[in-house]
Amino acid sequence: MEKNKILQVKNIGQCIGCYSCMLTCATNVYKNFSLKNSAIAVKTSGGYQGRMVVNICRGCKDAACAAACPTDALTPREGGGGKYKEELCIGCKKCVENCVAKAIGFDSISNKAVFCKQCGLCAKQCPHDVIGMEASQ
Amino acid sequence: MKKYMRILKIDLTKKKTTVEKRDDLNQYLGGVALATQLLKQEVAVDQPALEAIQPIIFAKGPLNTIFPVVTKVCSMFKSPLTGELGESYGGLRMAMAMGMANLDAIVIVGQSKEPVYIHIDGDEVKIKDAKPLWNLNIDEATRLLHDQEGHRGLRSILTIGEGGVNKVKFASVTIDSYRHFGRLGLGCVMGSKNLKAMVIEGETNKPMEHLKDYKKVYSEIYEKVTETDMMEKYHGLGTSININLLNDLKSLPIHNFKRNSCDEARNISGESFAENRLIKKIACSGCPIGCIHIALLRKQFGESYEYEATTLSYDHELIYSLGAMVGIWDLDGVLQLIEVVELLGLDAISTGVLLAWVTEAFEKNIVTIKDTIETPEFGNVDTYKKIIQYIVKKPNAFYEALAEGTDYATQKYGGEDFAMVLGKNEVAGYHTGYGNILGQAVGARHSHLDNAGYSIDQENEENSDEALVKKLMEEEISRNMLNSLVICLFARKIYDDATVVKALNSIGYEVNEDTLKKLGLDTFLEKMRLKEDMGFKLQNLTFPNRFFETESCDRRLSSEKTEDLLKLYIKEAEKLLSYT
Repeated sequence: MEKNKILQVKNIGQCIGCYSCMLTCATNVYKNFSLKNSAIAVKTSGGYQGRMVVNICRGCKDAACAAACPTDALTPREGGGGKYKEELCIGCKKCVENCVAKAIGFDSISNKAVFCKQCGLCAKQCPHDVIGMEASQ
Repeated sequence: MKKYMRILKIDLTKKKTTVEKRDDLNQYLGGVALATQLLKQEVAVDQPALEAIQPIIFAKGPLNTIFPVVTKVCSMFKSPLTGELGESYGGLRMAMAMGMANLDAIVIVGQSKEPVYIHIDGDEVKIKDAKPLWNLNIDEATRLLHDQEGHRGLRSILTIGEGGVNKVKFASVTIDSYRHFGRLGLGCVMGSKNLKAMVIEGETNKPMEHLKDYKKVYSEIYEKVTETDMMEKYHGLGTSININLLNDLKSLPIHNFKRNSCDEARNISGESFAENRLIKKIACSGCPIGCIHIALLRKQFGESYEYEATTLSYDHELIYSLGAMVGIWDLDGVLQLIEVVELLGLDAISTGVLLAWVTEAFEKNIVTIKDTIETPEFGNVDTYKKIIQYIVKKPNAFYEALAEGTDYATQKYGGEDFAMVLGKNEVAGYHTGYGNILGQAVGARHSHLDNAGYSIDQENEENSDEALVKKLMEEEISRNMLNSLVICLFARKIYDDATVVKALNSIGYEVNEDTLKKLGLDTFLEKMRLKEDMGFKLQNLTFPNRFFETESCDRRLSSEKTEDLLKLYIKEAEKLLSYT
């Protein structure tokens, strides 16, 4: 965990859509094989004829998601983004609704948010240097 | 180990869907072993391939998406092209999406009265109206389905084009724009069921049980894939690296196998495509390699710098079949033909081989302009584009015959000596020697990928007849194991037996190398028996004479030796069948 760094998309044009980052997040952070349980989401914009896009937590200071959280599940994190205590999440989806970056997933089976903890594991796994942990602006 | 297999069964006649929980199928793991069992259970072996009762099977495996480069889905069906076993593999997002829908296999039977598409969203399965999509090309049908609400990025879309709709026997199915169930006519089977498309998605939650073991094995494999050069060939130039290699070896089929090498082939080599047309590479979900090479085709449609552009995936087999085989030596010419087959949803290899046969049949006056309407000629892109359209639209008896495939056309018009088919399937892009010819002939799906005979030919050793037959058989048995786990065959060197066992063990599957080898062997034999039940006999195989007229790697091959090799293969196969 790198406190003053946040996850950033560095070279989106280099993304091949391998989903290694998503699998790393789902298995290592959320202990789940389902890619719905990844806080980073690789998609295509306009299908495969279009381009790859990556939705990630943008590491906002005074994040709207944390402000919207009615419990202490999400609180602001030093360096940007939020700290997430999954056990306190009540599944109200207020954080999801308040994130314009579409960076918060939701596991409808456990009824909890899937939130980026800025751990950087996904960046380490990326084979094409698409994402990285960089100093927050 | 799983408690049971979840099999989704969809009956398009009754508009009924059910999920069966089958613990009796656990031992088959997935992929081709599982699909073979389901095919055996569902197929009417003695009925034509396009009867409503015939099934389409899709099966994934336990390692899909969660281990690197395990990205394929196996499809099985009765092939309308060969009348026997249909088996084809496809990638991109489909295996991942089946996992998200919590399905091990999908079985589709029956025939809808009206055009429909199937929408699978986890447990919710709907058979929906597809009338507005029915006559649309692959690109537009995929776009409209992509624009529907759903789990973007975690969803897979399968479509057929006019080829499948008009029941061309070698029509393909496109997965997520750029991958295909290409060979043996699955698109035709979907068309016969009035099934235009499928959308697969879901929200399955799969908590992990063996995190530590899994992470260790995953990391080992991931490192081998990304840090070594074991797979560099597939990411770098991709499979099209073979064009120059085969051309240098004098084993690249050119002008319907009349030649094996020429200077012009360099114009359409993998190097030439990469330097001049490649714009990006993409990957199947779960593969850090990214072997799908995408080229840009720019076309001028008016003066004053008016251009349109499209992006197309290319591979060795497409450059061979829609380039070298038909004498197209410019990049845009090859891409234009690729675009036509992509939009119509036709198998590229079958189309190219058929075009080459038509051209030579016309040259030899076996068919005339009354049949062909256009004048087929090696190198003429515009004419070939029109001919491909005619194959799909079937304006006369000649094109009706062509839509049945090359083998059928020769039965009606002759010219079988230069019709490049083995086991009624159009051949892949190699003229490397006996391994290639025998391998495709005896392979279960008559594909170069069944047993990689072309690769055995390129080894630096001279094989005795016995050794060649043994190698082909052993390779096919081994590939049946890999295909049961639906590991991309490009990663076959990474997934040796020990690695496969470690991967399965790490997620709780109690298997060892012996059980996996047995699975490969049993599947190989089950398929052989199924083929026999469908009327196929190894003894009836024939070899087009052209293989023996055109030198391969500076030597002339002998038809007698090929026949002897076949006899030897039959003997060994019979032995194997009688032991087990």
